[in-house]
Amino acid sequence: MSAGKIIKVTGPLVIAENMDEAKMYDVVEVGGQKLIGEIVEVRGDRASIQVYEETAGLGVGDPVTSTGEPLSVELGPGLIESIYDGIQRPLDKIREKCGDYITRGIRVNSLDPDRLWKFKPEKKQGDEVQEGDILGSVDETVLVKHKIMVPGGISGRLKEIKAGEMTINDIVAIIADKEGKEHPLTMKQRWPVRKPRNYKNKISPTIPLITGQRVIDAFFPVAKGGTACVPGPFGSGKTVIQHQLAKWADAEIIVYVGCGERGNEMTDVLMEFPHLKDPRSGEPLMKRTVLIANTSNMPVAAREASVYTGVTIGEYFRDMGYSVAIMADSTSRWAEAMREMSGRLEEMPGEEGYPAYLGRRIAEFYERAGRVICMGRDNREGALSIIGAVSPPGGDLSDPVVQSTLRVVKVFWSLEDKLAYKRHFPAINWLTSYTLYGNTFDDYYKQEIGDQWKNMIQFSMKILQQEAELEEIVRLVGLDALSPENRMVMETARSIREDFLHQNAFHPVDTFTSFQKQFRIMDLIIFFHEQSEKALKSSVSIVSISRMPVREKISQSKFIPESEMKKIENIKNEILKGFEELEKERVHA
Amino acid sequence: MLKEYYTVREIIGPLMLVENVQGVKYEELVEIELPNGEVRNGKVLEVNQDKALIQLFQGATGLNVRSTKIRFLGKGVEIPLSPDILGRIFNGQGKPIDKGPAILPEVKRDINGSPINPFARDYPEEFIQTGFATIDGLNTLVRGQKLPIFSGSGLPHNQMAAQIARQAKVLSASEKFAVVFAAMGITFGEANYFIEDFKRTGALERTVLFINLADDPAIERIATPRMALTTAEYLAYDLNMHVLVIMTDMTNYCEALREVSAARKEIPGRRGYPGYLYTDLSSIYERAGRIKGRKGSITQIPILTMPEDDKTHPIPDLTGYITEGQIVLSRTLHRKGIYPPVDVLQSLSRLKDKGIGTGKTREDHSDIFNQLFAAYARGLEARELEVILGEAALSEMDRLYYKFADEFEEKYIRQSEYEDRTIEFTLNLGWELLSMLPRMELKRIRPEFLDKYLPKFVKK
Repeated sequence: MSAGKIIKVTGPLVIAENMDEAKMYDVVEVGGQKLIGEIVEVRGDRASIQVYEETAGLGVGDPVTSTGEPLSVELGPGLIESIYDGIQRPLDKIREKCGDYITRGIRVNSLDPDRLWKFKPEKKQGDEVQEGDILGSVDETVLVKHKIMVPGGISGRLKEIKAGEMTINDIVAIIADKEGKEHPLTMKQRWPVRKPRNYKNKISPTIPLITGQRVIDAFFPVAKGGTACVPGPFGSGKTVIQHQLAKWADAEIIVYVGCGERGNEMTDVLMEFPHLKDPRSGEPLMKRTVLIANTSNMPVAAREASVYTGVTIGEYFRDMGYSVAIMADSTSRWAEAMREMSGRLEEMPGEEGYPAYLGRRIAEFYERAGRVICMGRDNREGALSIIGAVSPPGGDLSDPVVQSTLRVVKVFWSLEDKLAYKRHFPAINWLTSYTLYGNTFDDYYKQEIGDQWKNMIQFSMKILQQEAELEEIVRLVGLDALSPENRMVMETARSIREDFLHQNAFHPVDTFTSFQKQFRIMDLIIFFHEQSEKALKSSVSIVSISRMPVREKISQSKFIPESEMKKIENIKNEILKGFEELEKERVHA
Repeated sequence: MLKEYYTVREIIGPLMLVENVQGVKYEELVEIELPNGEVRNGKVLEVNQDKALIQLFQGATGLNVRSTKIRFLGKGVEIPLSPDILGRIFNGQGKPIDKGPAILPEVKRDINGSPINPFARDYPEEFIQTGFATIDGLNTLVRGQKLPIFSGSGLPHNQMAAQIARQAKVLSASEKFAVVFAAMGITFGEANYFIEDFKRTGALERTVLFINLADDPAIERIATPRMALTTAEYLAYDLNMHVLVIMTDMTNYCEALREVSAARKEIPGRRGYPGYLYTDLSSIYERAGRIKGRKGSITQIPILTMPEDDKTHPIPDLTGYITEGQIVLSRTLHRKGIYPPVDVLQSLSRLKDKGIGTGKTREDHSDIFNQLFAAYARGLEARELEVILGEAALSEMDRLYYKFADEFEEKYIRQSEYEDRTIEFTLNLGWELLSMLPRMELKRIRPEFLDKYLPKFVKK
C-alpha cells in the first residue's frame, strides 16, 4: 500500500494525506519510528489518526502506512498472568527490551511465541466442526484450562489434528471445508477489539456473582453476566472495592483494567496477587487474572483502547464457557480520553465538552456483558460481568459519564466521602445504592439458604431506613426523647452498620466472607433484635440491653474464620442466656 | 547551520504562528531572536502543513512580526545536569540566578521524561520522618509517594513546606537525601523566605531550587515542574539519592495551562480548564516513585491553594484522583492559632499501611493511629453536640472525649515551627493523650500493646 504523508500534528492526533485506500479504524504505522495509530476519521484522501504513543518528534512529511487491519488482540494460551498496556503489549517484555521507562515504537509479541504448551485434543480426525467448537485444550495454569476453539468463519471436517507440546504458532489442526479448501489452525486467533465476539444467544442472568463483600452480596448483588458501576469522589475507596472484587469474586477469570489510574496501584496488584490465595481453590489469585495497565501518564489514546482490549479478552474466555468478570478502573478516564480526541478532531461537543456519542459508547461497552450460549455445538454457557468505576468531578453524580452509565447498568454502588471520613468501609451508602436484579436470584437464595434470606434482608433494610428518619429527631431533641422501641431500632441499625456492613479489606479473615457466613452474622443480629424487643415488652430497660456483654461477641463474629463457623451459631445460645439473666435481674429488683 | 525564519505571522498572547517552515517536528524546541539580539525559547505545539504554532516560554513582550528570527533546534527542551546543581538556585527556565557559575553539564535530559513502566515500579513502603506529628503519626509519608497539601489563601502552607524540607529524613542515616524545590508564581517575599530559610538552616546544600516568581511570565511555569522533576530523576536514579520534590503552587501552574489552552481556542472543560488537565497533571505527579533495582526514590509534596477552600474545584479534585492521599489544611484550626492547621479527619495517606509497623516505625503505630483517629472524631462529635444542646446534655463519656479533642489539638496537632519530633516522640505522645481515656474505651488497640505501653503513660 502506498504511504501517506503527515500534514498536521497536534498532541496525540495526526492528520495524514494521500490515505484514500485507508479504512476507518485501520491500524497505521506513523513516522520513522512506526508508532502505532488508528484511523478515526476519513475526509477525502485525508485521514485523522489517533496515535497510541507519544507523538513528540513527528513532523510534516513523515510517512504513514496502513496495515489494512483494525486494532486487534491476539488470543491464545499465555494470556493469563500477563500484564499488558492498553494495546496488548506485555509490560514485562517491554521492560526486558528497553528498560524501566516506556519508550516509543516498541514491537513485542503479545503472546510468547517460543513457549511450549501441551495440547490435548478433544476431537478426532474426520469430525465435523464449526465455529466455536472446542478442538482441544491446554492447561494454562492450575486454575485455567484454556480451550482451543474453531475461529469464526470456518467449518468443515477435521483433516488432521495433532497432540503434544506445541507453540502458539504451530499448526494443531487442519480443517477442510465443503469446497475442499484447507484451513490450517494454530492455537492463536486474532479479533478486532471494537467488535463484540460472536455468541449464539443471550439469556437472562439468574445467579449472583458472590464477591465475599457483605454489603454487596446481601444488599446490592450483581449477576454473573451483569453490570455494575461504582461512582465516588477520590478517597472514597473505589479502587479498594475493585481490588476486593478482583480478589474474591467467584468468577473463573478476572480481567483487571487499570485505565488511566495510578502507577503504584498497579504495582500493588502485581505484587499482591501472586501471594494471595483464592479462597475456593487455594491457588494464587494471579493464576486466573489478566492485567491491563495503562496508567494516567501513559499515552491517552491507548487509554481509550484499553477497555476494549480488556473486554475482548474477557469475551474470549467467556466463549470457552467460563464465568468472567472485568473490572474497569476508571471508566471516567476512558471517557476523558474520548473527550480529548474529540476536542482535537474539532467535533461539536455535547455536555461538559464530552463528545455527543459518549452515551452510546458507554452503552455499547456495558452491553458486551451478559450470560450467553456460546458458539459451538455443545451449547455451553458463559458469562461476562462488567464492573466499572466512575470518578465524577467533585463526586458530583450529575456528571455526564455517571448519568450515561446509570442508564445502562443494573447495579449502582454509591460511594460517599462522608462515610469514608468516618472510616466506614466499604463506603457504599446503603440508602442510595440499588440493584435491579431484585427477584432474579430468588431460586439461588432458596437453594443456598432458604426462604428466610429475602425477608431478613428486607427487614434489615427497613431498620436502616428507620434509623435515618430517627436520626433527624435525635439531632433536634436528643436520644433520650426516643421511645425504648425506637432506641432499640437505633441500636440494631448501628449493629448492622458496624458489625455487618463495615468490612475491613486489610484484615486476613474479614476481607472475605462466604455467603453462608454472611447469613449467620445477619441471623445473629436479627435474633438479638427480636430477643430485645421481647425483653423490652417485659419492661427490661434499654440501657441494660445495650450494655450486654454478648454484643461484643456479635460484633466480633465477622472475625471468626470460615472453618469455625459453628462458633457463630453458638453465640445464639449466649444471647439467650444473656437475656435470661437480664430477666432474672429485673425480677430480683 | 540552522535555518532561520523571518516568517512570523501572528502573535497572540503566549502563542506565535510561523509560516513557510519545513521539517518542523512536534514538541521541538525553538529559539526566538528579538531585533535587539535577545534570545528567548519556545516549543512547537502544533504543526499544520507549512505552519508551526509555537508556545513562548518567556512572554511576548517586544516581539514583532517583521524582524523576529526563529530557529528550530531539532530537539526537545533539555536541562543540563551535573552533581554541582545541589545547593544552586535557578529561575523557572533553569538558568542560575544565584550569581554562581553556569552548570557544566555531565548529561542533558529532555524535561518531559518518559512514563515509568508499571511493571518496573517498586512499591513505596519506606517511612520518611517529617517531624510533624500529624504527618508521621497519622498520615505517614513513604518514599516514592505523592502526597499533596491542599491549602487555601492565607494558610501557612509555605512554612510547612519549608519545615518539611528542613526536617525530612529517612531513618537509616547512611542514605543520601536531597530536596528539589519548584516554586511557580509565588511572590518575591515567599521565595525569599524559602531561600533565606534554607541558607540559615544549612538545608540549602542538599537542595536545588527552581524559582518562578509571580511577575515572571506565567508561561514559564509550565516548564518549571518538569525541570525540577528531571533534576530529581537525575539525583535519584543516577546519583542514588532519595529526593523529596516540593512544588508550590500547583494552582498557578494550572492557570498557566488554562491560559495557553484559551489562547489556542480549545474547547474548555470545567471552569475553563482544558479537558486534558488530568492527563497533564498526571504527567507531573506520576513521575514520583521507586524503580526496581535502583537505589534512589522520588517523593512529591505538591502544594496547591484551593480557590475558596473548595475541594471540588477541578485543581484539587483532579490532583486528589492522581495522588496517593492528601493533607488538608483547616481554616478553623488556623483561626484558633494552631500550627500546623492539619485537618486530621479529611487528610489521608493511602500508602501509610505499608510504611508503618514493626521494623519501619513501631509495632503499635497502626493501632495508635486508629484509636487516635476514632477518639478525635468522637470528640469532635461531642463538641458539635455541645454547641447545639449545651454542655449539660453531654454524657460523662462525651465530656471526656470533648476534653480529649481539645488536648489533641493543643498537644498533638500544635507544634512549633522549629520543633522536629521523632517518630518515637510522636507515638508516645499518642499514648499520653490516650491515657486520658479509660482502658475499656481503647478498643482499637490490641490488648498486648495496651499491657506493654499504657502503664508507662497513665498518670498516677
